[in-house]
Amino acid sequence: MTTDTAVGSPSGFSFTQYAVCLKGIVWREGLRFLHQRERFVSALVRPLVWLLIFAVGFRQVLGVSIIPPYETYVLYEVYIAPGLMAMIQLFNGMQSSLSMVYDREMGNMRTLLVSPLPRWYLLSSKLVAGTAVSLLQVYAFLAIAWFWDIEPPLLGYLTVLPAVILTGLMLGALGMLISSAIKQLENFAGVMNFVIFPMFFASSALYPLWRVQEASPLLYYICQMNPFTHAVELIRFALYVQINWLSLAVVCGCTVLFMIGAILAYDPSRGFLARRGEAGGGA
Amino acid sequence: MMHGTIVEHPPALSVEDVGHSYGARPALDDVTFAIAPSTFSVLLGLNGAGKSTLFSLITRLYGTQRGRISIFGYDVSRTPGDALRLIGVVFQSRTLDLDLSVMQNLMYHAALHGIGKREARWRANDVLARIALTDRAADKVRTLSGGQMRRVEIARALLHRPRLLVLDEPTVGLDVRSRADILGHVRTLVAEDGVSVLWATHLIDEVADGDNVVVLHRGRVLTHGPVARVVKETGAADMSGAFAQLTALSASDAPTEAA
Repeated sequence: MTTDTAVGSPSGFSFTQYAVCLKGIVWREGLRFLHQRERFVSALVRPLVWLLIFAVGFRQVLGVSIIPPYETYVLYEVYIAPGLMAMIQLFNGMQSSLSMVYDREMGNMRTLLVSPLPRWYLLSSKLVAGTAVSLLQVYAFLAIAWFWDIEPPLLGYLTVLPAVILTGLMLGALGMLISSAIKQLENFAGVMNFVIFPMFFASSALYPLWRVQEASPLLYYICQMNPFTHAVELIRFALYVQINWLSLAVVCGCTVLFMIGAILAYDPSRGFLARRGEAGGGA
Repeated sequence: MMHGTIVEHPPALSVEDVGHSYGARPALDDVTFAIAPSTFSVLLGLNGAGKSTLFSLITRLYGTQRGRISIFGYDVSRTPGDALRLIGVVFQSRTLDLDLSVMQNLMYHAALHGIGKREARWRANDVLARIALTDRAADKVRTLSGGQMRRVEIARALLHRPRLLVLDEPTVGLDVRSRADILGHVRTLVAEDGVSVLWATHLIDEVADGDNVVVLHRGRVLTHGPVARVVKETGAADMSGAFAQLTALSASDAPTEAA
């Protein structure tokens, strides 16, 4: 083996090296995803259960009036479809956060973190990889939902793409931030109770916010403050070829915020890892 | 022959006045030593001596709280990219992806170092041939034995052609034969390829007479240098006796009579 990698070789990395690294991380995430078929199936079954059972049952209970972006009365199934798309991404984001905690406990995370490329770039690549996986799930869901009369305009399938990329990034970054704060795998059940459920239910995913306002003004404000509501609305509007500017701004802002938080948290000198002295090992 | 003197070249690894605490609990205190290029150095210490903490600092898993660590002159904190690309790491815990194949694991690692696909495949075949696992390239890591996994991890750590290889208790949990295999393989890397090695262990029988040794105990370096000198200074018969004597002295906090 040669060892002439030269001390004193030029510092920094070329654009190609950055690209190779990103590609490698996305490729591995994809491979892992393919190897965990149960994960793919459960990622699809979850929203489908909501769509095929919950929505049908609630169709009679909850009338949805004409609200933008819809131009006619819509069935309840049609109303909750965007919320379920966001839910897929929420779960996916939490799942990758779970796998990061797992990787950290098992030591796999170290392989990533000792790469010489800047850590913010490694984490961002990981985020992109997770988002790519969530896109697969979302489109698979849309394809199945089409058979249940969730038929947005054809162009909507295209215009929703940038929206789900953004929301995927936001929810993935949130997951990453949470993963840095979780010490052990067992604590993850708490994430279900304190993050996923409140975020999902206190949002516009299952019911239009004007209905919530009638019932409880306080809950209405909470829902409006919830970034998940804006993820849902961004997707809902984009699916019908419209832009919800407020939601777009909130989603972008939150993505940046969560990501900066995650990068700081995983920063070796500032992060929580060093202070707690985890990452396993005998000492 | 080994010698601890540093000539015009920067040391492969230099650790100066390094300290680290987890909250109020100190893990390393005033750790200073250097290892010369193309030498085999053993970081010897009992469990809890601070070896893994030191590894986490060298590989920049943690930021350096106090002191300075550099790899061939590159400061790990200030120029992490340059420092990290000169290091190959084998961690104590298993860090291969069990569900991916051997080749996929190697390709992933290469990508993390910005090595393109064709070059990576070529290098991967090369390192696999060296550890005699070419025929297992397409197998899932899960199907390998413990010793084979370790060999793959060492091969992986060499993919980006580092000049310093650091291994944290690489033989833990392996049978006698695999231990000897791996130790022999790494020694060959030093002798034939000029790689510098920092090998952490608590097993004194892994230390050879020609090695350099750094004795770490309760977060402090008790002594470091060529084995022959350390043994002579303590007045013990061999390294095992020297280690026992050094750590016993430190444990009882007795006034130092030797050295």
